[in-house]
Amino acid sequence: MTTDFFQYIVSGLTIGAIYAMVAIGYNIIYSVTEIINFAQGEFVMLGGLFAVFFAGPLHFPLYLAFVCAVGMTGLVGMAMDRFVIGRARNASVMSLIIITLAVSIILKGGAMLWWGKDPHSLAAFSTGGPIRLGGVAIQPQALWIIGICALIIIALTLFFRKSIYGQAMLACANNPDAARLAGIPVKYMVLLSFVLSAMIGAAAGVIITPVSMMEYDRGALLGIKGFGAAVLGGLGQFFGALVAGAILGLAESFCAGYLSSGYKDAVALVLLLLALFLKPEGLFGSGEARS
Amino acid sequence: MLVVKSVHTYYGNIHALKGVSLHVRKGEIVTLVGANGAGKSTLVNTICGMAKPSRGSIEFNDRAIEGLPPETIVRRGIALVPEGRQIFSAMSVEANLLMGGYIHRKNPGQVREDMDRFYGIFPILKQRKGQLAGTLSGGEQQMLAISRALMSRPDLLVLDEPSMGLAPLVTREIFAIIRELKEQGRTILLIEQNARAALKVADRGYVLEIGKVILEGEGPELLEHREVKRAYLGKGAKQIWEA
Repeated sequence: MTTDFFQYIVSGLTIGAIYAMVAIGYNIIYSVTEIINFAQGEFVMLGGLFAVFFAGPLHFPLYLAFVCAVGMTGLVGMAMDRFVIGRARNASVMSLIIITLAVSIILKGGAMLWWGKDPHSLAAFSTGGPIRLGGVAIQPQALWIIGICALIIIALTLFFRKSIYGQAMLACANNPDAARLAGIPVKYMVLLSFVLSAMIGAAAGVIITPVSMMEYDRGALLGIKGFGAAVLGGLGQFFGALVAGAILGLAESFCAGYLSSGYKDAVALVLLLLALFLKPEGLFGSGEARS
Repeated sequence: MLVVKSVHTYYGNIHALKGVSLHVRKGEIVTLVGANGAGKSTLVNTICGMAKPSRGSIEFNDRAIEGLPPETIVRRGIALVPEGRQIFSAMSVEANLLMGGYIHRKNPGQVREDMDRFYGIFPILKQRKGQLAGTLSGGEQQMLAISRALMSRPDLLVLDEPSMGLAPLVTREIFAIIRELKEQGRTILLIEQNARAALKVADRGYVLEIGKVILEGEGPELLEHREVKRAYLGKGAKQIWEA
């Protein structure tokens, strides 16, 4: 009974780390541009499938496939800003959000044509069976997922706190006109936010693929769950995304374990709706969403 | 230093500037006064690159700058303290100053040095350096906005309505700062609705009315001009009507 409980906690935190990474992707773009990028889930899918492509047909070693997949998806994010969002920058935020929906459909369609409709698998990052800890089995890949998620969050926190470019991105988010007057090129900061989000999404995609495989249409669901975590934690709040991702992952895992795995996907949506009804600014939000 | 030649700017469909010409020499304080809607802010925005002129030229240090984006113009040496201060309210006081020095980011020693200098001039900013800038009072925010603009080491400082929304006592404090900046030999373009205070500190002034310069002259001279008195100082209106 208790071993089951801890088993659910482990798997909940693992998937929660993925949701948190997706949510952070939303947050970065949202805080710089106020756009909610509905192609965020597609970045996750592309990351996984690019890794499959580099590790499979091209026979790259796994770590190189990881780096290349993250880099390629970063390029997709760059192209998305340069050729789509950047071209329409005088449009309202709502139109831009609808444009991101269009981009997500295009990316999904493109992935289907290139990789087909079947799920693809990727080798785990380290070989060997699960680690047993008093009856609880922990897959090594779960440790990779949580570790990489933690690393990314530490790196991002340092970037936004310590780096002048991170601070400049926050300045653009806070007051774009004043940022331009200080000589900060807002255009490039927006570009940077898309590249960063795409890369973080892709990293999440690569590390989840060995656990649950990846196919062309996985992005939508991951995107919605990540969005749920972003809203629950408060849009633009990095720490909030982390906590909300964990809550979401745990809730799903407990639901699958104690109720039925059939309801698992509804948990995120229920939490998203509850958050919107009861606390639209999120657990750690600034109150902006209320107005 | 700054030469604006018959600049026309549209603000949406409104012909906000109808051929404005003015100049600022090195070391001068020049003020631009005028009522609400005279085009003062549009002129500032045109100089700083936030609005594009449809005709006319703007030269700064003998180089054309009209139509350049603001992030380029600040590198050419014009810093704006915008109307309403526009500080980064969700960032710390220190981060605001750091952003002001963004164009000198390759030279962190200099940025640090400048920052310490402004902390020396405005001790209140030093006391509150870790605080979010949005929590400062209006006057403190204005000091922060001025310091932030000076962090870019500009040749020309443009102040847009620095006294707006401030209590009279605080306004006096801000004008004392402007006088101090003048003594340091800085070149300033001061845009103000508070015409009396502005003309008192200024070497020269321009009066803007519905998109045109209608008067120009030395500060004290304009202060005595009866048209200015009638329209902007609210004094002697009666005598003029009687005359």
